[in-house]
Amino acid sequence: MIIQRRKLINASVLTISCLAAFGGLFVLIWILADVVLKGAGAINWSFFTQLPTPPGMSGGGLANAIAGTFLMTVTAAVIAVPFGIMAGTYLAEFGDNLLGRVARFLSDILVSAPSIVVGVFVYLIMVKTLGHFSGWAGAVSLAIIMLPVVSRTTEEMLKLVGPEMRESALALGAPYWRMMAGVIFRAAGPGIGTGVMLAVARVAGETAPLLFTALNSPYWMHSMNEPMANLTVVMFNYAMSPYDDWHVQAWGAALLITSAVLIVNIFTRLILGGKRRR
Amino acid sequence: MQDHNKTALGDKIFKGLTAFFAAGIALIFIAMIAALWQQSQPSIKAFGLSFLTSMQWNPVTQKFGALIPVVGTLVSTLIALFFAIPISIGIALFLAELAPQWLRGPFGTAIELLAAIPSIVYGMWGLFVLSPIMANYVQPWLKSWLGFIPLFAGPGMGIGMLTAGLVLTLMIIPFISSVVRDVFLMVPQPLKESAYGLGCTNWEVVRDIMIPYGRKGIAGAVFLGMGRALGETMAVTFVIGNSYHLSWSLFAPGNSIASTLANEFTEADGQLYMSSLVELGLVLFFITFIVLGLAQLWLRSKKV
Repeated sequence: MIIQRRKLINASVLTISCLAAFGGLFVLIWILADVVLKGAGAINWSFFTQLPTPPGMSGGGLANAIAGTFLMTVTAAVIAVPFGIMAGTYLAEFGDNLLGRVARFLSDILVSAPSIVVGVFVYLIMVKTLGHFSGWAGAVSLAIIMLPVVSRTTEEMLKLVGPEMRESALALGAPYWRMMAGVIFRAAGPGIGTGVMLAVARVAGETAPLLFTALNSPYWMHSMNEPMANLTVVMFNYAMSPYDDWHVQAWGAALLITSAVLIVNIFTRLILGGKRRR
Repeated sequence: MQDHNKTALGDKIFKGLTAFFAAGIALIFIAMIAALWQQSQPSIKAFGLSFLTSMQWNPVTQKFGALIPVVGTLVSTLIALFFAIPISIGIALFLAELAPQWLRGPFGTAIELLAAIPSIVYGMWGLFVLSPIMANYVQPWLKSWLGFIPLFAGPGMGIGMLTAGLVLTLMIIPFISSVVRDVFLMVPQPLKESAYGLGCTNWEVVRDIMIPYGRKGIAGAVFLGMGRALGETMAVTFVIGNSYHLSWSLFAPGNSIASTLANEFTEADGQLYMSSLVELGLVLFFITFIVLGLAQLWLRSKKV
């Protein structure tokens, strides 16, 4: 009797577990299907080449927002990648002290810290002091979000490089920095590269830190010193608007960003997975 | 000799340079707290501690209190944890123990891809797809069965606390389940095999061996998910309803700290209004710092 009950409980838990897993898969497919079905209608030539139209007028595109997102993401990467790789190097190589422990702990917190608070922070230090919203402010907030991700990935990838390589290089008389630059970074390079790609993919889809830094704009930007259109804030404004036309364009933007982010994710996983098997 | 000095100098520069950037991360963190603290001074001076206990949020009378956004943040997070913890442990169990070997990799990737979808896409999906389903099917059904409980009373309009909590559930499941899976995989095989040898069922091994062994790691994973849910902005802003009413009903619209900031920050005029919003941000930062700090402590101690 008791055995039967135990088996029954076991069977139901296992069933629930399988259901949970397949439920997760189902939701992933459901969301992606909705994004594709609702977004595909918006994707056409003018979506990539035209400026947004005023509410009520059909047609137009999000060319300026696509360019803005691209520009700010690249600028953020230019700021955060060298910064993060240097910091990660310290954490991996010399990080077994107070500074290392504090920086590591704070990086881990910043990785998951609310991105909207980063937006508030950059608003206070850049937008408020300079007096206007700007693409630079947007790029800086994205960089702050990228930075801890890059530094922690760098640290992990550097630690994966075995001691044999270090010792061989040092035994040849190479100074520490030559060993790092010439040997260890080369060995850890692909890993760091994929980590950077994932970090870029992550910030490309960020909205909250841009809401009050880059703001938005219906025009082409002339410089990064002015409010800058970007896909995610456009999605927010369009989706919250009452116009059906704008909703379709918001789904189009969702399709564009989601597919870019997922392609980067799957691609990097394939590379990493292939490495692990070898 | 000279060569040796050059080497030592190069290494010193290298170490100093990397230390500078590592310290930079800590400095950014300190600067964030300092800027938020300094800019919330007008609000702190005007309202003091009553900021945290006042239900008023009124730009017209210039009275600001954080209670409703704070409660909204906590309630939506608790709803998310209520659903996400069992589901994530189920998924982790499936990935670590039940699934055939060839399925584990692809399936794990699929679950982790859920975490890669930008949060604004979750928000739009929640608003345009999930909310109508909630309003037309789920909420009437809940009401007809559980309507006598105040939590499920009132009109179901689709958007509101419950929907926000459910969207958050979907968003934090991948974080919790992938950490819990790693924790499960670290349970020593001999422990599990001994239990199976004594005749335990799968579930008994999970309940009596794997969960107790990975207790701290699982707690860390839950707090990690909690930290994410507390600060999540876009997904919540779309579906929470943006209203300053405190209600027992989970169907009622509410507000969270993050959604208040997203909606009002650019429109805030007047120093006190702005400063109160900044103080809200500070409160959010403080709460997530504690939660994520605990998560890190537990996740680290697991590794030792």
